[in-house]
Amino acid sequence: MDYSVYELPSLSSPSPRPSPRDPLPDSAERSVKVLVVGGFGVGKTTLVGSASEIRPLRAAAGTGPRVAVDVGRVTCGGRLVLYLFGPPGQQHLWFLLDGVLDGAIGAVVLVDTRRLHDSFPAVDRLERGGVPFVVAANLFPDAPLCPAGDLRATLDLPGSVPVVTCDARRPGSSRGVLLTLLRHLHTTAPRRNTPPRRAM
Amino acid sequence: MQHPDAPPRSARPGREERTARAATAGDADPRGGQGPPAPLRLVAARTAFDLATLVFATSAAPADLPPEQAALLRACARPLSVAELSAHLGLPLRTVVALLGELHARGHVELRGTREEQCRAASHPDPTILKALIDGLQRL
Repeated sequence: MDYSVYELPSLSSPSPRPSPRDPLPDSAERSVKVLVVGGFGVGKTTLVGSASEIRPLRAAAGTGPRVAVDVGRVTCGGRLVLYLFGPPGQQHLWFLLDGVLDGAIGAVVLVDTRRLHDSFPAVDRLERGGVPFVVAANLFPDAPLCPAGDLRATLDLPGSVPVVTCDARRPGSSRGVLLTLLRHLHTTAPRRNTPPRRAM
Repeated sequence: MQHPDAPPRSARPGREERTARAATAGDADPRGGQGPPAPLRLVAARTAFDLATLVFATSAAPADLPPEQAALLRACARPLSVAELSAHLGLPLRTVVALLGELHARGHVELRGTREEQCRAASHPDPTILKALIDGLQRL
């Protein structure tokens, strides 16, 4: 698949959001966890919020308002729930990530093309943990367009890792990133059935 | 934060060490000398609960239940994740996990997608589930 062209599927506008306290249907029996990680201020909270069917929530993971995990949710049919968790971007809060990394089916690394090196720790951590991921460049209005090849080279990404762009403020765009991740996982799932994926 | 023009990630010597150092620094002193908070992982490792574990009440709150546990039980009359319960009740995750642990031990809540199940599902992704998620997202 050629990811050098920045294209995302166009998605229709979302249906009206249920109220934030809307419980899941009683039939909900399976939850799947996806992480949205990246540097501080890269738009993780925005992406989680725009992709979510509920008003974005914050779960306190420690003391202090900034030590929180963004929580978003998309229910698929009556039984399946996709959860989005965005842990804090500041490196000094990364100790929290050890708790959220386990059991994550995959991750989105959100990057700002002006500060690509801010995402190095996130990529390092996912690689070490063997968590599959895609990279999404959040297109800030004043950010220079970064060719996918340059981004891939700077982040030292294997060719198999999808790279896309997005506007984290737009639900369709954010969900497009999630679709890229899920398709990537679906494509590679049969081959990943033999752990571990990466020699240390 | 000052960032010099960075070379590619691969060219940075000891990049994983640097990440580890950053994490260690965070562990040691994230709040300015009040000692290390228990990392979430330590709390989670001892429990069946993941952030995404679905919890639902199997009984009404008995009269002798402490108020916080009773509120939690009411909040999960329909299934909700641990993370949502924490956010809705305004309680830190580790507090919610501790309270849920007690409720679970007393048989007041059932769990779907325990921590162990989440980890197993993540290391062996089910293509059927992935396809269902893809279809679900496309329908939105």
